[in-house]
Amino acid sequence: MTDAAEARTLTRKDFASDQAVRWCPGCGNYAILAQVQQTLPKLGIPRENFVVISGIGCSSRFPYYMNTFGIHSIHGRAPTLATGLKGARSDLQVWVVTGDGDGLAIGGNHFLHALRRNVDINILLFNNRIYGLTKGQYSPTSELGKRTKSSPQGSIENPVNPIGVAIGAEASFIARTVDMFQHHMSDVLLRAAEHRGAALVEIEQNCVIFNNGAWRHLTDPDAKLENVLYLEHGKPMRFGKKRQKGIRLKGLHPEVVDVAEVGEEGLLVHDEKAEEPTLAYFLSRMGPPDFPTPVGVFRCIDKPVHDQLLLEQVHEAEARKSPDMNALYRLGQTWEVSEEAT
Amino acid sequence: MSKPSKRIQEIDGATLLFCGDSGDGMQLTGSQFTATSALSGNDVRTFPDYPSEIRAPAGSLAGVSAFQVNFSATPIYTPGDSPDTLVAMNPAALKVYLPKLKPKGLLIVDRDAFTDLNLKKAGYRETPLEDEDLSKRYRLQAVPITTLTLDALQEADLDGRGKRRCKNFFALGLVYWLYDRTLEPTLRWIEEKFSKAPQVADANRKALKAGYAFGEAEGSFATRFIVNKAPSAPGTYRIVNGNEASALGFVTAARLAGKPLVYSSYPITPASNVLHELAKLKHLDVRTIQYEDEIAAMGSAVGASFGGAFSLTGTSGPGICLKSEAINLAIMLELPLVILNVQRGGPSTGLPTKTEQADLLQALYGRNGESPVPILAAAGPTDCFDVAIEAFRIAVRHMTPVFMLTDGYLANGAAPWRIPRFEDLEPIECTHPTDPEGFLPYARDNATLARPWVIPGTAGMEHRLGGLEKEDGAGNVSYDPENHQRMCRLRAEKIQRIADFIPEAHPDGPPEGDLLVLSWGGTFGAAYSACLRARSKGHAVAHLHLRHLNPFPKGLEKALSRYGKILIPELNFGHLALLIRARYLTDAVSFCKVKGRPFEISEVEQKIEEMLS
Repeated sequence: MTDAAEARTLTRKDFASDQAVRWCPGCGNYAILAQVQQTLPKLGIPRENFVVISGIGCSSRFPYYMNTFGIHSIHGRAPTLATGLKGARSDLQVWVVTGDGDGLAIGGNHFLHALRRNVDINILLFNNRIYGLTKGQYSPTSELGKRTKSSPQGSIENPVNPIGVAIGAEASFIARTVDMFQHHMSDVLLRAAEHRGAALVEIEQNCVIFNNGAWRHLTDPDAKLENVLYLEHGKPMRFGKKRQKGIRLKGLHPEVVDVAEVGEEGLLVHDEKAEEPTLAYFLSRMGPPDFPTPVGVFRCIDKPVHDQLLLEQVHEAEARKSPDMNALYRLGQTWEVSEEAT
Repeated sequence: MSKPSKRIQEIDGATLLFCGDSGDGMQLTGSQFTATSALSGNDVRTFPDYPSEIRAPAGSLAGVSAFQVNFSATPIYTPGDSPDTLVAMNPAALKVYLPKLKPKGLLIVDRDAFTDLNLKKAGYRETPLEDEDLSKRYRLQAVPITTLTLDALQEADLDGRGKRRCKNFFALGLVYWLYDRTLEPTLRWIEEKFSKAPQVADANRKALKAGYAFGEAEGSFATRFIVNKAPSAPGTYRIVNGNEASALGFVTAARLAGKPLVYSSYPITPASNVLHELAKLKHLDVRTIQYEDEIAAMGSAVGASFGGAFSLTGTSGPGICLKSEAINLAIMLELPLVILNVQRGGPSTGLPTKTEQADLLQALYGRNGESPVPILAAAGPTDCFDVAIEAFRIAVRHMTPVFMLTDGYLANGAAPWRIPRFEDLEPIECTHPTDPEGFLPYARDNATLARPWVIPGTAGMEHRLGGLEKEDGAGNVSYDPENHQRMCRLRAEKIQRIADFIPEAHPDGPPEGDLLVLSWGGTFGAAYSACLRARSKGHAVAHLHLRHLNPFPKGLEKALSRYGKILIPELNFGHLALLIRARYLTDAVSFCKVKGRPFEISEVEQKIEEMLS
């Protein structure tokens, strides 16, 4: 480990590896890579304590471009490697990079269980609503009717909602950002890094080749402000160019209202700390055409952390029982055979 | 009270089989008999045989549970072939296991259990106990065990059902009398086990003593048998089964290296006991994680190894199918970890509680690409301890995942274990380089070709590993054709070089002769014993047992060439035989069995005779 005296302030460059980045020109991944490299130095953690683990897919090339420890693993399994690594080394800062196919199709099971266990890892889910590396098939987040190479007449499958799945898995930290939202992404990444427990960040990411413009309503400078709801803890939910619109609850359903008409006090107030995930679930269902798309931190609660609990059990047992191997060998009934007897 | 005079006969040893309904406590009865025999100095081997259903319908054939124990005044290596004495607690158990009993063997049954209903469930039209043929072929003792147990427990503070549950202790007491065993160890065990239920403890004690007294008093039991101490090396002993020994071996390996042991697993028969055993050892820095599936457990094993822990996963054959992809990742990343496969009958779900050795080729070849991995197999329950340690030693010295194969027969079978002193075991050295100067993730050790095990947290040595092909040395992604062939060769050569570090092949018996029996894994006992018998009859037969299945030990080819014939008994359709024939162009004869049961000595013995005639 780096001695505190020798520690110097790290910069973005320290986190860039010498490998040539090989994503398509214009891919949203470039922006995400830049923000991650920009953000990690701010955490004040020695570079050698970062591990980036990915699965398979375009997004999963990520570790090769980070000058940290890293593993480019196998399809869908990154959360399992991360959980095992944290089981061995809870001192490390572990980031998982996955995509909508890697994390929600082939790796859906592990995604669910890593969140449920609340392992202290950060999962970045790059959601481009398409399979890129296999050249353009529909993914678990592709919309019904989506025409792709494997669904020429339109997909007949309903999409999954990543944040809804995370809520179902009782995730303790859930956030969403967009590849083009530089500062927003940086803030969300910092929040995720600081959270103790599993943090899911869904990053809406543009695949310029196979699904270009999937998130245009969120990134188009003209449309953006009307379509994005920035979540802020303790603040009323307002959006629009002049923040003239708000979200109000009508019975069991949210509705978009004119703030001038109803007054700010009638609006829903965001509470990311709510123990009950009801509000977060409301928000996860919101999106076009009737609602803005919420971005920011949906949920951030304190829950026991898996790798910490694992270590605590070890320490508790170590305090209670002597680590005597010979005593272990002699458990139960033993008998002696002496020299004379043989 | 005047006692009928009893004849006492000294015998070398005996094989005893307890069988009954799943709820009759036969596993407990057998384990107690085993422990008592071991404590009295006999050599012992056991073979528990139970159904995969947790509670099959009472009295049904599917619900029969059995425990065979072989105990002896001379060294033994198997749980015995046919039992000398069979204790059957109900008609279904009799139906299933009577065919195994030796001709003229002693047959003790609970007469009370032979009701019309139980007979019907077992498929008997009329009671076999009245069949004259049965009494002619065996020494039948139809004892009213249930009635006698209830009689003995008249005063006990238990309901009728609770009292009937004590009948296995009556049967055990009777057999203790028959083989002149002391009741003390079982009385002590009852005391501890039921310390919170004194009335149950009291009833079981009474039933045990009543069974013993019945043997003493009953005129029809005319002879009792004495089995003396077996010669064994001086030391402290205990009984362990294979899974316990494996767990002890793994935690020992980690402690020998001063490392935490991370056990990533998913419950599966017959490997789950390893998880249970290790979960109890948190005070030794054992960290067990029960995963959502086998795939996750294997992925976790790779992650834990990357972090620098002693990393282990354990499963059975169906689990290996699921783990294959992540095993290959470990091979590509060249990270040390151990994969335990407690083999069971396959394919698919197969025979979960029965034994087989049909996963050898799966371990060797069951992955995509050129994917070499070392394979070790344990020969007996206590050997699991040594093999577990050696598996880790190889893993960290050669930077590779290592397969350890055991099987259901070894996992559940028990034997006396001569307890080592931890201080006498050779430490396991493993180092994590910290000097960034000239560091290359895939630089190789001259002798072993192992790459350096650099762990996260080491400043200046940040590096990326991945499943894509590596550039030799630097470890960056490389699609270069020449590099790919070189890396495939290097990975293969690295595994082959393990042969430089393991003992050479040395047959047991004559250094040359007419026949060599070549075995691996759990067939050791039957093969070794059969060779001893063949030699005692004057045949020039040797035995060679392989602990290392990949790479093979040096000297194997030479050894094979010194015998007229080679016999390879396996609980599969000839996995090792295929490898031996292919590699050494040797006309080895394969002797196969896949019945979910281990070889009997006599089966191998007959095959030897057949090949020599």
